Amino acid sequence: MPALLALIPEIAILVLAVLVMALDLLLRSRGGRRLGQVTAAGLAIIFVVSLIASLRPGPAQIFGSMLRSDALAHGFRLIVLFASMITALISMDVPGVGDRGEYYGLMLVSTLGMDLMAASSDLVMLYLAIETTSIPLYLLSGYFRGERRSVEAGLKYFLFGAAASAAMLFGFSWLYGFSGETSLVGIAQAAASGSLPLTLWVGSAVLVLVGFGFKVSAVPFHFWAPDVYEGAPTPITAFISTASKAAGFAVLARVMLSVFTPVITPYWGALIAAMAVASMTLGNILALAQQNLKRLLAYSSIAHAGYALVGLAALSSMGLAGTIFYLVAYVITNLAAFTIVIVVSRTVGSDDVARFAGLSRRSPGLALALLVSLLSLAGIPPFAGFVGKVFVFAAAVQSGLVWLAIVGVLNSIVGLYYYLIVLKVVYLNPSEDEGKPMPIPVPARWALGLTIAGILGVGLVSGPWFGWAMGAARVLF
Amino acid sequence: MSFPILSVIVFTPIVTALVILLLPAERKRAIRWTALAGAVLALLLSVVTYFSYDIHAGGYQFVEKVPWVPEWGISYHVGVNGLNLPLVLLTGLVMFTGVLISWGMEERPREFFAFLFILATGVFGAFVSLDMFQLFFFYEMAVFPMYLLISLWGWPKMREYAAMKLTLYLFVGSMLALVGALAMYFASGLHTFDMLVLEHAGFTVAFQRLWFPVVFLGFAVLGGLFPFHNWSPDGYAAAPTAASMFHAGVLKNLGAFAALRVGIMLLPEGARFHMSWVILLALINVIYASLIAMVQTDLKYVIGFSSVSHMGLVMLGLASLSPLGYLGAGLQMFSHGVMTALFFAVVGMVYDRAHTREIPKLGGFAKKMPLAAIAFILGGLASMGMPGLSGFVAEFPLLLGVWQRYPLVAIVACVGVVVTAAYILLLIRRVFFGTMPAELERQVGDITVLDKVALGLLAFILLALGLYPTWMAPLVQSGVAGVMRLLGA
Repeated sequence: MPALLALIPEIAILVLAVLVMALDLLLRSRGGRRLGQVTAAGLAIIFVVSLIASLRPGPAQIFGSMLRSDALAHGFRLIVLFASMITALISMDVPGVGDRGEYYGLMLVSTLGMDLMAASSDLVMLYLAIETTSIPLYLLSGYFRGERRSVEAGLKYFLFGAAASAAMLFGFSWLYGFSGETSLVGIAQAAASGSLPLTLWVGSAVLVLVGFGFKVSAVPFHFWAPDVYEGAPTPITAFISTASKAAGFAVLARVMLSVFTPVITPYWGALIAAMAVASMTLGNILALAQQNLKRLLAYSSIAHAGYALVGLAALSSMGLAGTIFYLVAYVITNLAAFTIVIVVSRTVGSDDVARFAGLSRRSPGLALALLVSLLSLAGIPPFAGFVGKVFVFAAAVQSGLVWLAIVGVLNSIVGLYYYLIVLKVVYLNPSEDEGKPMPIPVPARWALGLTIAGILGVGLVSGPWFGWAMGAARVLF
Repeated sequence: MSFPILSVIVFTPIVTALVILLLPAERKRAIRWTALAGAVLALLLSVVTYFSYDIHAGGYQFVEKVPWVPEWGISYHVGVNGLNLPLVLLTGLVMFTGVLISWGMEERPREFFAFLFILATGVFGAFVSLDMFQLFFFYEMAVFPMYLLISLWGWPKMREYAAMKLTLYLFVGSMLALVGALAMYFASGLHTFDMLVLEHAGFTVAFQRLWFPVVFLGFAVLGGLFPFHNWSPDGYAAAPTAASMFHAGVLKNLGAFAALRVGIMLLPEGARFHMSWVILLALINVIYASLIAMVQTDLKYVIGFSSVSHMGLVMLGLASLSPLGYLGAGLQMFSHGVMTALFFAVVGMVYDRAHTREIPKLGGFAKKMPLAAIAFILGGLASMGMPGLSGFVAEFPLLLGVWQRYPLVAIVACVGVVVTAAYILLLIRRVFFGTMPAELERQVGDITVLDKVALGLLAFILLALGLYPTWMAPLVQSGVAGVMRLLGA
């Protein structure tokens, strides 16, 4: 029984998915916003339940060590649920997806997968969780069947995802072959015994890293990101760039730190550091030239994966806590940014940066919200992104990676530049439609209120959040 | 627990900014009065703090400390001593006068005042910080709003370029200083960002010599140290008047202050090792910037370069590492802030009426706006170090301190003071005297009452400090004593 109790949130997500689809049948596309409201409300309740559950630790290992119910799993579950709830809120008023039951159903199944990804402690479970996450996301990316770019996004995401999965699965098969175990603990023990040559472990680490690197969209596994982000329905872009990325980091941290770190520390740290540098630099440089805000955010999200990797590369509890804190800040902020993209493009009919001209006069509140979220992404206080950046860079310095911190710092300057360009368009450039109002739908208001409050809350009252991230990080150290 | 007066000063502006943002954009009167109320409150509280500081007791007073991120040893920790207290007062003054002279601003006053006040909270917060992380937090908060202030309300010809240049320069500097701060945090092994503790961390000589340039120069970018001063004249030329006042008068001092607080005070051995070449950079500041000011024809550029040159004197004082030099630098920061705010205020008034800042096209303004002319002349005399005004009180001990260590540098720096006298006098003659061009005759009128109050207040402070330095010098002296103990001198 305790095992089932620990799984209540997961079970509830599944029930909610079925409920939403059943409701869709009953309402027969006359649902309007109702399906989204049910989804968002349900996720909010599950969020609260999970919050309570995370305060009362149950058994660490459940179902024969298939899953772990520890602070790390709980923490990422909350991140994913929050992201999913905001996604439901901002989906309601997007034509073509907002009133579709299967859309919310797929999103919830994917949420379930992410939730399990963060908790998996067995290769079989891990693979199942990753696929449960990915397959609905492939479908959702190509959800606009009539639009070439959406279909292209879905197909591209699927092909890249399948290839990455194959490489990862191959890596898993090596791990199983070497150790005869599928549980992470067992593999870690086999690795620590030192009976196998180092090169084999490095090889399998690289293969597994392909799959995880794809999920977090780190260079060089990032090629899918810009096209998928641009083509997918915007709420799904928000979802992929936040929840899916956070879940990817959860498995990356768990598998890499618990299995590989003890054996291949020097190589592994260097590998992650190299990925961090490549992701930050390439993401930021390519973002400089973008004219489409969704694409710009896609490249910037590659760069943000790089910053988060800086914390992991430190290979310390402070570093992992920094990464988790960074992800919390990033997820909340990016959701705010995408909410604004959705609201604005509803009215102006495009995601081009140029179409955001005059926003500060059409809707000062919306412009201010965009200012807050872009500055938080750029790492300016008093917003969450600043504190997150300081923590990951500090962890790098602590581990003697001063050069990595300096690369990160230089990159955040490039980042500031392109965020400022967007803000310049919003605040400075004139537009012909300045007199026309820009209505903000009620669910989007909720999403904005929650995320902006989160950006300020995490940025100003950083203590408890970091303590919480530290608790999650201690699981692996 | 006593009344948290420093926190109230720090957060008054940002709370005012939030209230202003909640007001409807059309209610411009309400917006202005709210802004004025916030500014008056902040100014009054800074005056109260200033005059209730106990010099005999010395040290940090009005201290408040609350844990912020305990895992990292970060706290919200504020306090004032003889070094930062005058700067808090300065910020209050510039904020108040900035609101007064922006009273007539018609273009989106709501956002303008809100951004200006967020900036003010950043500046207040950074000045009173005793925690290194907190200092960065507020420092960055102060740097950013300037981008919007310049790019939105600035001079259309170059605002985009100037705003971006300024922001990126300052961000690069502060981020590099941040890496240095993190290095200090870990090297100390004390797990605290508390600067009062880190002062006694006993960093190794090699560590201090390695990191001092990074931290010091990172902040000195905002202080306008050569060759990183390039953002400043462009930025001021493009910025709207109140923003120029704030940036030149207060933010630049923040750069110098942070370089002192984090760089010199935490890494004194590094300072001793590197100051011999920093003093040359500062000397170039003084001479080179005043020579460039001499040949400028744009009124705002003259003042911009004059500000760079005066900050050079502050840097010179800091680099001298002598008690007199530090006393002078402390006073010069305050004096330069008031003086530059006054200059930019008058320049703004001239530009608003003449719609040009080209000096050859101006003239005869003394007849039309006598009070502005008198204030400007007083500021000019202060800037060339005339006895009886604040500039003399600051520059005399400063140059004396430099003389004790580097006589040659002091002599050359005096040349800079002479050049300052030359360009200021030329400027006064061309702009305020002579005959006014005919086409200006019609459009130029006198300044408003609020403008007069603002200029009168700033000019009064310059005189008050010049004639009766006792209300500030002993205070700065007590702060300098603390720095000297750290420097072991």
